[in-house]
Amino acid sequence: MANIPAELKYIASHEWIRDEGNDVVTIGVTDFAQEQLGDVVFVELPEVGAQIAKDDAIAVVESVKAASDIYAPVTGEVIEVNEALADEPEKVNEAPYGEAWFFKVKLSDTAELDALLTADQYEAECD
Amino acid sequence: MGNRTPLYEAHLEADAKIVDFGGWDMPIHYGSQIQEHNTVREDAGVFDVSHMTVVDVSGSDAKAYLQYLLANDVAKLTENGKALYSGMLNERGGVIDDLIVYRMDPGYRVVVNCATRAKDLAWMDQQSAKFEVNLSEQPELAMLAVQGPKAIEKTLKVVSESAAKVIRNLSVFQGLQADNNWFIGRTGYTGEDGLELMLPPEYAEDFWNKLLAAGVKPIGLGARDTLRLEAGMNLYGNDMDETISPWQANMGWTLALKDDRDFIGKQALLDEKAAGLEYKLVGLVLESRGVMRSHQKVIFTASDLQGEITSGTFSPTLQQSIAMARVPVNAGSECAVDMRGKAVPVRMVKMPFVRNGQKVYE
Repeated sequence: MANIPAELKYIASHEWIRDEGNDVVTIGVTDFAQEQLGDVVFVELPEVGAQIAKDDAIAVVESVKAASDIYAPVTGEVIEVNEALADEPEKVNEAPYGEAWFFKVKLSDTAELDALLTADQYEAECD
Repeated sequence: MGNRTPLYEAHLEADAKIVDFGGWDMPIHYGSQIQEHNTVREDAGVFDVSHMTVVDVSGSDAKAYLQYLLANDVAKLTENGKALYSGMLNERGGVIDDLIVYRMDPGYRVVVNCATRAKDLAWMDQQSAKFEVNLSEQPELAMLAVQGPKAIEKTLKVVSESAAKVIRNLSVFQGLQADNNWFIGRTGYTGEDGLELMLPPEYAEDFWNKLLAAGVKPIGLGARDTLRLEAGMNLYGNDMDETISPWQANMGWTLALKDDRDFIGKQALLDEKAAGLEYKLVGLVLESRGVMRSHQKVIFTASDLQGEITSGTFSPTLQQSIAMARVPVNAGSECAVDMRGKAVPVRMVKMPFVRNGQKVYE
């Protein structure tokens, strides 16, 4: 059974969102997603400073099995990306909620957070 | 629920992720496909390949039948146990399946793919009409592949004295019978040294458990695919099928055309060669980031003709993406792959990519 931490928010395409306060969120992919992907071999992240809109495909995860788009769960500006994933993509499999966070976004519209899924709602999506 | 091998419970015990594979419930990996791949390149791993189809061919015309059925010539099997890789072709020269045939005493043992089982058996049966020959499928046999530089050493520790004696005497690409209806071949699908063992089902779980206790790791079908691709070995259905001739599938070396033996598809092969071959199967290496995938288009600097990737993956040994692609013979070697709308330059190389743990292409 995939790990779905209760304190995070989610979208149905298997990204997680952590509210860091000050209108900043951290985004990554879920344990369910990494398990479905299998061994991750490359992660292509957006540029720092990029303006992203909710539902845009803004990053790519390549596993041995397939390439998967990562979708923006919110609208805003990318303020930090996890450069370490370039050298250690396997962290996505090992620590999807920890060391393998993808990027941080400064929100344009904090109301978008209200539309995200809770852990319980996301779990229902995974069935 | 799909078909299950005698080792299904053992896979669950080893935390396998089970997927449907041609109607069989098979292990795709036991945690990490890449770690399993590396284990086979560096040490020893065991695959359950009991889903593969084994057919024994006997009777006074067994040799003549196989000489007519197969594009390679079983007359090359001059001693007991020698093995041969061949395509089984249709009249148009397309590949119905690829297979390994071992010379047994008496007769021959043929191992064909699982996904093509029904059509292979029907074709073999149909072609046998003119021959004094018996075809006997051996569906109950378990089949384990133990592969890697330490595979033979570790297997020797856990088999019977009779089996150990057979293994010690096997030359590469030879298979022999041992006691209790075991059949052991020094063959494989990984580019490493190792064994393929066919055994009655009642021995399978005990043998598997002993191998694991001896430090041989279970390896799923995911790693089987990356290992065979690094080794430059074709996968039926990806790299060739009934519309593709051996000339276009890097299988020209398996065609025995020099004498007047007739075999199914021979005339089509000769005609195709005489008209000039249009396509060939080559290796591609991507030196930048990303992973090539099957069906992506290959585009050329010197030609408007296109090619297509037949198998692509990330190579754990080389730490970059490799692929097989069917490309026009006359389009030159400077090419790129259309990856998600971007033309990414790739290098055309001669396969295999990896043998015995080492990079081998230039």
